[in-house]
Amino acid sequence: MELSELWFVLIAVVFIGFFFLEGFDFGVGMATRFLARGQTERTVMVNTIGPFWDANEVWLLTGGGAIFAAFPHWYATMFSGYYIPLLAVLLCLIGRGVSFEFRRKVDNPKWTKIWDWVIFFGSLLPPFLLGVLFTSMLKGMPIQDDMNMRAGFTDFINVYSLWGGLTVTLLCFLHGLYFLSLKTVDDIRKRASQLAKKVIVAVLGALVVLVVLSYFMTDIFEVRLIPEIALVVLIVLAYGLSWYFNTKQREGLAFTMSGLGLAATISAIFVGLFPRVMISSISKAFDLTVYNASSGAYSLKIMTIVALTVLPFVLGYTIWSYYVFRKRVSEKEHLTY
Amino acid sequence: MDQVLLARIQFASTTIFHFFFVPLSIGLVFMVALMETMYVRKGNELYKKMAKFWGHLFLINFAVGVVTGIIQEFQFGMNWSDYSRFVGDVFGAPLAIEALLAFFMESTFIGLWIFGWERLSKKLHLACIWLVSIGTILSGFWILSANSFMQVPVGFEMNKGRAEMNDFFALITNGQLLVEFPHVLTGALCTGAFFVAGISAYNLLKKKHVEFYKASMKLAIVIGLIGSIGTALSGHTQAQYLVKTQPMKMAAAEGIWKDTPDPAPWSALAIIDTMKKENKFEIEIPYAMSFLAYSKFEGGLKGMETLQKEYSVKYDSVVGKGTNYIPPVKTTYWSFRLMIGFGVAMILLALVGAYLWRKNALDRSRLFLKLLLPAISFPFLANTFGWVMTEIGRQPWSVFGLMTTADAVSPNVSSGTILFSIIMYMLIFTILAGVMIYLLVREIKKGPEMKHHSNDKISTDPFNKVGA
Ligand code: HDD
Ligand code: HEM
Ligand code: HEM
Repeated sequence: MELSELWFVLIAVVFIGFFFLEGFDFGVGMATRFLARGQTERTVMVNTIGPFWDANEVWLLTGGGAIFAAFPHWYATMFSGYYIPLLAVLLCLIGRGVSFEFRRKVDNPKWTKIWDWVIFFGSLLPPFLLGVLFTSMLKGMPIQDDMNMRAGFTDFINVYSLWGGLTVTLLCFLHGLYFLSLKTVDDIRKRASQLAKKVIVAVLGALVVLVVLSYFMTDIFEVRLIPEIALVVLIVLAYGLSWYFNTKQREGLAFTMSGLGLAATISAIFVGLFPRVMISSISKAFDLTVYNASSGAYSLKIMTIVALTVLPFVLGYTIWSYYVFRKRVSEKEHLTY
Repeated sequence: MDQVLLARIQFASTTIFHFFFVPLSIGLVFMVALMETMYVRKGNELYKKMAKFWGHLFLINFAVGVVTGIIQEFQFGMNWSDYSRFVGDVFGAPLAIEALLAFFMESTFIGLWIFGWERLSKKLHLACIWLVSIGTILSGFWILSANSFMQVPVGFEMNKGRAEMNDFFALITNGQLLVEFPHVLTGALCTGAFFVAGISAYNLLKKKHVEFYKASMKLAIVIGLIGSIGTALSGHTQAQYLVKTQPMKMAAAEGIWKDTPDPAPWSALAIIDTMKKENKFEIEIPYAMSFLAYSKFEGGLKGMETLQKEYSVKYDSVVGKGTNYIPPVKTTYWSFRLMIGFGVAMILLALVGAYLWRKNALDRSRLFLKLLLPAISFPFLANTFGWVMTEIGRQPWSVFGLMTTADAVSPNVSSGTILFSIIMYMLIFTILAGVMIYLLVREIKKGPEMKHHSNDKISTDPFNKVGA
């Protein structure tokens, strides 16, 4: 395998990590509206992700940084091309990030209420926008021969990308509900699991439609028929199992399965892209690929050495921090956020 | 307005905003870590109180620092895509490594620190805050190595019109980095120290929690001395390096149009006429410029007119004939002076503080305490002016000698789009700054009172089967 191919895989892994982890805290943020009854419950929910959300977000930054370092042209084309959607993602993440810290700094329900709304929208919109971004990338964007993308409204927003956005949002929401049933007690825990039973129906429906749309709107089943079918089967299986485990109140397993489903969904996108990193809807000749968009061999070698040395440590202390905060969160204890 | 100008305005405003919070985070968390170390070693509850109170303020600041940083990470691709294509090979690596090595560490251990007071042993908890501190410093190191490449490109070769890395080690031992990193770091220590000193002074003036704020003030004086003297020393090494690597920036920072006599005087104040390319009025300190540039009392500097000719010979083949290599002189000149002015003021204040401490009169000199209030702003201003001088003084280059700022911008982003995003950022920054100041003031008024809450004895294991 060439190093540039390895880096494509590593970037896919980082985005899988991002959706697996930040996915649930986006989901919890959404659940603060759909599930919580009143501010105390909202506080409990926010505190389940309290120690984790910031580190989870770093997966996105690492993804961005890795794209920059390994595929400068991909970074340049994507970030300048998706200017407005990314601006929106940034504004959401800014608002959301400070809201956790700010929401209970003043003892006033009105104050908390404002920040809680920011948390809600800041958790709802980014997965939607990123879903739109990734699916429209898969469909192809108007990239010209100078590698720059000059897209109009319908390139970003069309049936396929909207459905992609909706699906990713639902996947995160479900993931968050499982996380809540795993990390809370009593009533919230029960209701989270109950709601998940309904949401999973929507998730499965959305996924089926997305697969059908992908068949017509993208070339992923032409380019990678067998792997894509295998992934679709895996996705359906994972969500099916998460349903089953949820009804059996095996919350840890239900959560793991929805994580697996998310991972497989993101994999399906990256597998469909490969070896392209950005598909041009104008001409195949203008596609950015892992070969024409990547950094030089030396740079990739250095990056590989650094990543492979540092990543085990990162994973190590990340797991340790989840271990330290393994207890369920309830309103009876001191809640920091 | 054209795209380049707007993109520059956006970059300048968002990084300057980011860099209000950055040095305070770096400086304050280092001090909090010291406080907690004293608590763990001496077992004195006062130090725990200190770590918690200043830690609280740090967290509010940190949150804003984090979210404003995310913009920076995206911005290179959004506004400067041609730049990103051109240098991504060299420049992307430090950014990616920063995320991997520093941001994960900061964010994970800050979570453990905030939520871990009752869950971790004292020593482990202390280790967490030190790891956060190390994380912030590492993050500074990596981003500055990227910035240093723009000032003094090293460790690369040109290949098909792009800069490709060929020596990673050269990149992280860049001479520019070796002088820039200590300067930024000591600047951050100043920021933390004068923040703590100012708030302590305010409370000492009101005679509130005297013991608590006196102890805080003492730590602030120690760090403030190290920081302020450190910035001056490292700034001096930077100036020496600058004369060699970017003589035009130095000449602009000094308002030197024609070659100076040998030894060169330092211009303390001047009225600069950029049209006529001369200074109308000037107060000079003899020998001082030679000392700043060469550490001895001899040696002259080349003026901008000479340098313009030299640069033309060297670089016109890169960027085209008739390029003006002189950066905005007045901005560079004045920001340099303001930085140094605030730096000197901080050294004096820290020295007076040390003297009063020795006389055991820290809470008695009201004038000194009053002076410390406006001094909170000094390091923030010095930091900002320092960056303005460094970045504006580098113009017209984006990457020195290789790429101009005008060529760096994204060709496919319209000025309307950039303008819109500037407006959005300014809106959200105004809100953030307002809320943050409001919260800081509240916390400071509340003071170091500690509520006691430790009733999380409910053990509930999520990996239990069926209900627990
Ligand atoms: C000398 C230090 C320094 C400088 C020059 C910069 N930063 Fe910064 N940055 C930090 C030092 C720092 C920090 C101390 O590590 C921060 C500030 C407060 C904080 O929370 O972490 C941070 C936060 C921070 C974050 C959020 C990290 C997280 O989620 O935990 C990002 C993505 C960036 N920065 C990126 C940048 C970029 C791309 C810059 C260049 C334009 C930049 N920063 C300038
Ligand atoms: C007191 C004497 C000081 C001197 C002689 C000095 C010197 C310098 C010089 C020469 C530069 C430009 C380096 C370059 O362009 O390559 C610089 C930049 C800078 N200075 Fe200072 N400085 C002083 C004090 C301070 C203080 C007190 C602070 C902040 C608390 C500060 C913060 C900065 C920052 C943030 C930069 C930009 C980053 C960099 O290039 O290092 N400086 N300084
Ligand atoms: C956080 C401290 C920093 C501040 C306050 C700062 C300030 C500025 C300012 C004022 C400009 C505008 C100059 C002009 O266009 O006239 C600028 C430009 C720029 N700076 Fe910095 N800077 C900082 C750090 C960095 C770092 C760490 C990097 C790289 C890693 C960097 C990269 C750039 C780039 C790419 C531009 C735009 C192109 C250009 O104008 O040359 N800056 N910065």
